[in-house]
Amino acid sequence: MSAKLDVRHLRDYDLNGGMPIWLGTLAFMIIEGSGFAMAIAAYLYLQSQNPDWPLGPKLPDPMLGGVLALFLLVTEIPNQWIKRRIRAFNLKNVRIGLLLMSAIGLAALAFRAFEFGFLNIRWDTNAFGSIVWALIFLHTTHVIVDVVETWIMTAMMFIGPVDARRFGDLIENAEYWDFVVFTWLPVYFFIYWAPRWLAH
Amino acid sequence: MKLRYISILLLLSSASCAGNPSALDPAGPGAKEVASLTWVFLGVSLGVYLLTLAVFFWSVRRGAGAARNADEIDLNVPPERGKSIIIGAALIATVGVLTVLVGFSYWTDRALTGIGGKPAVEIEVTAHRWWWEIRYRDPAESRGFVTANELHVPLNEPVKITLNSADVIHSFWVPNITGKRDIIPGRTQEIIVKVDRPGSWIGRCSEYCGLQHANMAFRVVAEPRAAFDAWRDAQAQPSRTPTTSEEVRGQQVFSEASCVLCHVIRGSPAAGYSATAPDLTHLKSRSTIAAGAFPNHKGYLAGWVADAPNLKPGVLMPVNMLPPADFQALIAYLETLK
Amino acid sequence: MSAAQQPVYDTDMPASALPEALCRTWNPHTGLWNWLTSVDHKSIALRYMVTAFAFLILGGILALAMRLQLAQPELRLLSPDIYNQFFTMHGTTMMFLFAVPVMEAVAIYLVPLMVGARIIAFPRLNAFSYWVYLFGGCMIWVAFFVNAGPDAGWFSYVPLAGPEYGAGKRSDLWAQLITFTEISALAVAVEIVVTVFRMRAPGMGLNRIPVFVWAMLVTSFSIIFAMPSVVVGSSMLISDRLLATHFFNPAEGGDALLWQHLFWFFGHPEVYIIFIPAVGMASMIVETAARRPLFGYPLVVLSLISIGFLSFGLWVHHMFAAGLPRMGNSFFSASSMAIAIPTGAQIFCWIATWWDGRLRITTSVLFVIGFMILFVLGGLSGIMIASVPFDLQATDTYFIVGHIHYVLLGGAVAPLLGAVYHWFPKFTGRTLSERLGAWNYWLYLLGANLTFAPMLILGLRGMTRRIFTYPPGFGWADLNLIATIGSFVLGLSFLIFLINVARALTLPRVCAANPWDAPTLEWATASPPPPYNFAFTPLAESRWPLWSNRSGALPYATGLRTDRKEIIITTAVEAQAVLRDIAPAPTIWPLLAAIVTTGMLVGSIYTPSALVYGAIPVGLALVGWLYPRKAEAELPSQEEKSA
Repeated sequence: MSAKLDVRHLRDYDLNGGMPIWLGTLAFMIIEGSGFAMAIAAYLYLQSQNPDWPLGPKLPDPMLGGVLALFLLVTEIPNQWIKRRIRAFNLKNVRIGLLLMSAIGLAALAFRAFEFGFLNIRWDTNAFGSIVWALIFLHTTHVIVDVVETWIMTAMMFIGPVDARRFGDLIENAEYWDFVVFTWLPVYFFIYWAPRWLAH
Repeated sequence: MKLRYISILLLLSSASCAGNPSALDPAGPGAKEVASLTWVFLGVSLGVYLLTLAVFFWSVRRGAGAARNADEIDLNVPPERGKSIIIGAALIATVGVLTVLVGFSYWTDRALTGIGGKPAVEIEVTAHRWWWEIRYRDPAESRGFVTANELHVPLNEPVKITLNSADVIHSFWVPNITGKRDIIPGRTQEIIVKVDRPGSWIGRCSEYCGLQHANMAFRVVAEPRAAFDAWRDAQAQPSRTPTTSEEVRGQQVFSEASCVLCHVIRGSPAAGYSATAPDLTHLKSRSTIAAGAFPNHKGYLAGWVADAPNLKPGVLMPVNMLPPADFQALIAYLETLK
Repeated sequence: MSAAQQPVYDTDMPASALPEALCRTWNPHTGLWNWLTSVDHKSIALRYMVTAFAFLILGGILALAMRLQLAQPELRLLSPDIYNQFFTMHGTTMMFLFAVPVMEAVAIYLVPLMVGARIIAFPRLNAFSYWVYLFGGCMIWVAFFVNAGPDAGWFSYVPLAGPEYGAGKRSDLWAQLITFTEISALAVAVEIVVTVFRMRAPGMGLNRIPVFVWAMLVTSFSIIFAMPSVVVGSSMLISDRLLATHFFNPAEGGDALLWQHLFWFFGHPEVYIIFIPAVGMASMIVETAARRPLFGYPLVVLSLISIGFLSFGLWVHHMFAAGLPRMGNSFFSASSMAIAIPTGAQIFCWIATWWDGRLRITTSVLFVIGFMILFVLGGLSGIMIASVPFDLQATDTYFIVGHIHYVLLGGAVAPLLGAVYHWFPKFTGRTLSERLGAWNYWLYLLGANLTFAPMLILGLRGMTRRIFTYPPGFGWADLNLIATIGSFVLGLSFLIFLINVARALTLPRVCAANPWDAPTLEWATASPPPPYNFAFTPLAESRWPLWSNRSGALPYATGLRTDRKEIIITTAVEAQAVLRDIAPAPTIWPLLAAIVTTGMLVGSIYTPSALVYGAIPVGLALVGWLYPRKAEAELPSQEEKSA
């Protein structure tokens, strides 16, 4: 055997997608994205099978969902900010940013809790109600998981142990928030606007 | 030796093809088109199979027979242009064969839709677990009727069959006549069939529907127009009035016992609409009972009425608790329902 | 915050001391605790294989019982209810608990070794995926033994499986089994994708990875895109049954066909998820047996990728009888035929490889021949049912049963058995008996043909599927009897296989690293490999590292630490070494997480609040699993930060 390559100098952390965990998180998002896609496909299919879609009696009220959509988009500002702080390994600012994102997450959960009341239909009323609740339920599980993960990350960056690899975890957490924000947009459309615009 | 082998095979295959049921023994243009398609596909498939295996085994022989040292590795293989060309040609040939096959399939599909024309008869079939409700409508109300598990069609005329399900997914299939159509609750399906050979063709439910999916058969009886019209007129008649005292008693038993909760006999005190169980007005005109499970003879009928759940576990028809004399009367009455 | 100990590198000690130092780091525990906490992909893969084969035996016993019931008309060996549970459990077990997991098992074992890695990506997730698979399989079989086995078919059509007609918890248990097996399969798929894209040996560009690795890459992407469909569908099914939703209820705007679309959008790629790994294994066997490189590597890889893509465009061919618009049916008919082209391309390349090869016929090679005989027949019957008019006669009959078993026994199980004969020395350090292997093979070939050829005829004679008995007088009895006899011949073949394995395991572990003189990296280390796979990560200089370098000494990389489990991370396409990563130590948390996940999933069959309450222990287990125990890397210095 002959030694031809020495890897001693290679770093054992990376914040730009080089590590396996980043690719794994991306794969997870693709899986969940496929799940969303199938649910939306089911929505469109049920619509195509029902000439009198949406099935009443009332349509979901887009107001609170829209407020949440705008809110989430606005939270992208602190989210991008915290990513820059993370990449600079600025522990102090990262801690502040995490506290802020934790509060944002709590607010998002509160919004979502109220939003259920604005759907104006139960999951067991008819197929329209069922698919609307399925879509919002799918998205809500992601909000909950991301927010809880953020809280735990916040605790971790205060309690420790902190090293360069933990900053990599934080990047993924921030990117998961991107996923939560951007998947809400099509789901919001299909729950609130598709019944009004796409129906017969 | 080889000749004997081939002739046995031919005998087996021809013996296996004819029959009722059999998709390869067509009794109508629908099945005939598909049978022709089958032979074409079978022939091509067999040819491709034998050719591929022959070439494959040739390469095995070449490789296994190689005299060179089996321990040497041949890493510097020269660019094998010849093989690339052959494989390219084989792929093109594959595309060609598949194109021909798919074209033939489309052609058959078109031919099948051509088996239409204005339907001479319209039949409504509703599939239940585990029997078939057959309804012949007529503009004159009195000429319409309901029967079960057996439909009659005139020879050589297109017949429209609409298919509905009362519960789960079933499938309507008469192999000798036409391909199957799944019956999906919440949708109405329509097929057009034509039969050109007389006979009592066996149909089977072809979508798993629970405990007695295996015993959900029906018959399609194809007969000349005149016979069909006669059958239809007879079916439209109300049931026969019982004559003997035992039969009269039997009719009484029928309307007093639980039978009348599910079954209808037109023209008797048990008239009215009920979709829960087969219409019995002309029970004895059918060749089988219990959705093709048993021949329609007195012994089987008595056994069925006595204890249907034992013969077909899962059916809704309950065990019969009548005293013996009443039971005999009931059977005597049912036997009159020709 | 900084690592207190002095790092120890693999070049800090003489080469003879390296294996022991690595063993201490990579395999610190022994006994039962070692087994419960292991994150070694090889150990987990072997568990997967043993468990999958156990499910194969169970599913096979069900099949033998069904064949006995059907041997003659109107037998009363199995009641209708028992029979319906049997055929449902047979299909469910074979598809979800045997076929996919066993292919994954071989991949979990071999893919890291083939790409020159020391471990699979996300080793703890790997362990978790095994436990989830095991617990899900146990759940459904326990249910079956207490007469609560699912009875609506492995495809569980609604409304039969729905709230109105599916009594009890049978279909809920089935639907939740889907969740277990899909979590497991998706986890493994992600691990394989990440292993292949990030953890290859330096120098192993994408054009140098073995064909089996390509096959598993394609399979993993198929799993990632296909399985969400069935998870969505099965969740909708449980929801209809438990929460009174109306996804499949036509009376309230739902549609029974929605289930079929969701299921088959997954279901068709599923069979290719089973098939593609098998042809990948076969290609590897073909190459090694031919003593020359596989002909047409680019074409083979392209074919695998094409099959993966195309398999997503076929699903409606399972629904040709449902009365969908003819235009759509015609498209799916053409696409179903088209998939024969890339499949054929691979076979042509095998023929071209053996044409000038120096073929050494071993049992593995016999099973590749068995693939040709059985799978091509099955595939051609598949071309027939791709035609809509023909399918309308053949679907839901024994013609389909014949077709699926020919393609599965020929296209999946035969290469799998060949793969076991081929890689058994690597897995265990012993060789299977070639004599028993020959018996195994010939009985397999005879049994498969005797069992399934009659079924192709029976289907066209009107014998529908999923029937517990049939009437006399239809002319079906003789063919059914032949099929039953054939099934027992097949059973005997598997018995011989098991005897072969059991006997081999009693032999001493004396196998060399590369008994077949094969070209790929898994043969560049001991049989079986040490826990760390490679003492020094090899550098890949060609597609056939052990053939292009016959010196017995491959080039390798140095500079990894021995006091923690270090691996090299490379770029996706060129495989340049760019980072080091730290593999996790053995831990009990994946097992604990699997236990609480099982509790949550089983509980939610009975009440939706189990999802909420069950999520709490799952969350806690995930914290225990993921929360870092100590600082591993330093915080970067100022120079590093600005770099």
